[in-house]
Amino acid sequence: MTSHTQPLLDQAAEALLTPGGLDLDALDAGLGHALGAGIDYADLYFQRSWHEAWVLEDGEVKEASYNIDGGVGVRSLAGEKTGFAYSNQITMEALAETGRTAAGIVRSGQRQAVAPRVVTASTSRYAGIDPLAGLSADEKVAMLKEADRVARAADPSVSQVSASLTGVYEVVLVRASDGTLAADVRPLVRLNVSVIAVRDGRRERGSAGGGGRHPMVRLRDEHAPERFAKEAVRQALVNLDAVDAPAGQMPVVLGAGWPGILLHEAVGHGLEGDFNRKGSSAFAGRMGERVAAPGVTVVDDGTLADRRGSLSVDDEGTATQCTTLIEDGILTGYMQDKLNARLMGMAPTGNARRESFAHMPMPRMTNTYMRAGQDDPADIIKSVSRGIYAVSFGGGQVDITSGKFVFSASEAYLIEDGRITAPVKGATLIGNGPEAMGRVSMIGHDLALDTGIGVCGKEGQGVPVGVGQPTLKLDELTVGGTQS
Amino acid sequence: MTQAFDAVAQQSLLETRAEAALALARRLGADACEVGASVDQGVGVNVREGEVETVELSRDQGIAVTVYVGQRKGSASSTDASEASIRDVVEKAMAIARYTGEDPASGLAPAELMARELPDLDVHHPWALSTEEAVELALACESAGRGQAGIKSSDGAGLSSGEGVRVYANSHGFLGSQRGSRHSLSCMLIAEDEHGMQRDYDYTSARDPRELLAPEAVGESAARRTLRRLGGQRPATGRMPVLFDPSLATGLVGSFLGAIAGGALYRQSSFLCDRLGDALFPEWFSLQEKPQLMRGMASSAFDGDGVATRDNVFVDQGRLASYMLSAYSARRLGMETTGNAGGARNLRLTAPLESREALLARMDRGVLVTELMGQGVNGVTGDYSRGAAGFWVENGRIQHPVEEFTIAGNLATMFQGLIGVGDDIDTRGSIHTGSWLIDEMTVAGS
Repeated sequence: MTSHTQPLLDQAAEALLTPGGLDLDALDAGLGHALGAGIDYADLYFQRSWHEAWVLEDGEVKEASYNIDGGVGVRSLAGEKTGFAYSNQITMEALAETGRTAAGIVRSGQRQAVAPRVVTASTSRYAGIDPLAGLSADEKVAMLKEADRVARAADPSVSQVSASLTGVYEVVLVRASDGTLAADVRPLVRLNVSVIAVRDGRRERGSAGGGGRHPMVRLRDEHAPERFAKEAVRQALVNLDAVDAPAGQMPVVLGAGWPGILLHEAVGHGLEGDFNRKGSSAFAGRMGERVAAPGVTVVDDGTLADRRGSLSVDDEGTATQCTTLIEDGILTGYMQDKLNARLMGMAPTGNARRESFAHMPMPRMTNTYMRAGQDDPADIIKSVSRGIYAVSFGGGQVDITSGKFVFSASEAYLIEDGRITAPVKGATLIGNGPEAMGRVSMIGHDLALDTGIGVCGKEGQGVPVGVGQPTLKLDELTVGGTQS
Repeated sequence: MTQAFDAVAQQSLLETRAEAALALARRLGADACEVGASVDQGVGVNVREGEVETVELSRDQGIAVTVYVGQRKGSASSTDASEASIRDVVEKAMAIARYTGEDPASGLAPAELMARELPDLDVHHPWALSTEEAVELALACESAGRGQAGIKSSDGAGLSSGEGVRVYANSHGFLGSQRGSRHSLSCMLIAEDEHGMQRDYDYTSARDPRELLAPEAVGESAARRTLRRLGGQRPATGRMPVLFDPSLATGLVGSFLGAIAGGALYRQSSFLCDRLGDALFPEWFSLQEKPQLMRGMASSAFDGDGVATRDNVFVDQGRLASYMLSAYSARRLGMETTGNAGGARNLRLTAPLESREALLARMDRGVLVTELMGQGVNGVTGDYSRGAAGFWVENGRIQHPVEEFTIAGNLATMFQGLIGVGDDIDTRGSIHTGSWLIDEMTVAGS
């Protein structure tokens, strides 16, 4: 047990168990209900979260809300079967009822004993604090007004500014029949600024934002309101000048940072353990094979300090790690939770995540990025005679079975004769994951991570994630513009 | 493995809690307040390759309180609807209202617009279904699909069944509540040829379990949809007509509704700002909202403000006839609410309907799109660019599957360029429409 662990456990027990008359010792009995006949693994996931949101429009904070959520999710596994139930009451009665329900997935077989608890050895990847504290309500309102003021002063064409400041203080505790006991306190904050600029009857949006697992006050200390306001205005103004995007196959250069959404869609989802165990991923059965061009190394790293996608322990109580998914173009690893790792004869990688206690965990990404290469970003642009340079994206999606993925540019430019020229309207880029990764021909030395805005959706569950990459060149990708 | 759910008792409990929250808010000094509360319970089972994979029992509840102090507003919510929690929620909302700014448009909807009649819209049809029965239905569905020649494996079949109660009350003395149910059955399959794997799915969904399609029909349809994708090629890049499958045409209606929603309009973030009365669609096209349809997937007698819902005509013979407004967005725009707080409820369109064959014949050469990927719809400009898969059409007939391409245009031009609507109406959701034939878009493929 590392030194921070006991205080975290105490903090979590105090927030989650004490109000309902439970303590850590009582969880063995609680877990016993979920570990019924024929059940080979069961876990309890306690969670409570306090969520605050402040929204500015028309120069005033007109909307603010506060949400308290919490409960316990109980899961029983038998082979490939999962029984799941949850309750917003954290009491022994609720554990008994949900446990019996979850264990009902099978009716007969050996009855296992709950293993004595072993506290997960982990390192805190962020401070276990309430990020909402430390700033008064007036100070939070002032941050949003600052963003509004900066955005409106930046350019006369700015006609609308909206800004939001959100923070979550979340406490979780996991107890599993394999002995796992882990607690985590997860702060998460975010500031977003969105503007509408109007010029000559044309209207465009620009937006920027970011945050991470740290106190809200850090956003203010790092001048986030001013930075994001200026960035949102800059993007809207660029888009006011945008011409129609080209259509068809062409070289595509992706900027550093948030364009790493490419990796999330083209590679990441396809390397989640569940899809590979079931054989439904285009990457299934390709471990050890070349799935990307030489030089391409992609990792999923849950351990980065204070990042939006980071976790000290995952939602099954496994310590997070940095997993190399692709090394120099060769497939080397999957992201795993306990269930899929066990069924595939592999080790969990700290990638079990769930939206809340009311959702089942599954293998998910944390912070997924490509390591830096050797190329100068300027040389990458120079190498393209006609193509697209895309620096910001709205979102993406992948069909993990066919490998087809899309991601939608929200700020992009034409490259003509090795030079960046006119901005183009947003366009969707489409490709096939393994094929696209094989066409990465230049990798910049400018690795950057995103500013902390990502939300990943899978089977209806949203979780915060991070992405990153250096400037990259793909020799050919289909650009979905209107100019054929 | 079933849970008892007494919807009537839950309804009365929620009503009591909502009234208690209102009374408390008034006592603590709110000039006006509103409360939304809900409880939902359901069972979901998934099977894969002939075996049970997951069984999930869900029970979600929540209460949300908004208080108004003068023209200031505060909101708070919790998933715990116990008496102690309600006190916390109301106090927190009051505390927040001290810090928000004055908003001249804030406040409840006008009292005289509250729904007076709360008819039973026949949307509550609970399904007394045991877990074992749910598993049997999912297995029957999957088995019918897996049995089709060429299907490699199953990505799972699932049945979900749920019911719930929602209550909305405000300090005008309005209290509305509604019990509802929803059931669905879906199946996803995988097929493979020398070029790789493809997957597709189908589903059925209804308020009343007796209206669900047979499990076998869903499984067989999922198999057909999956198998027909094998051998996909990339279409040539160029400008051509695009036929949207009904399940995707509903998304075009959804994009239109998003652009006429009050929130987008007063934020000036819609490409349909200041277009009321303009001819956006061809003259033969009209779009109505029927919020009080019996058994409708989105039916309700009152909206999210407590305002009586009413039949709206959003598009009348091609012209934009009405925006879609809540009390708040209406005030912001200097207009009247259309009873659309919380969105649109049951959309139906009027158009001369044509068979799929007739639409393909009129298209002659182009793409039939059966799947769209990504979020490439810009509501501010109407610019549209999305990943797609479907079928290549030449000489008015489907030739072969196509994949890994994009379709792009602008929604305003696409609506103008709507040249035909199919009779193949998708009735599973709250927007009912057949296929849409758009005269020209840019296809980017090889």
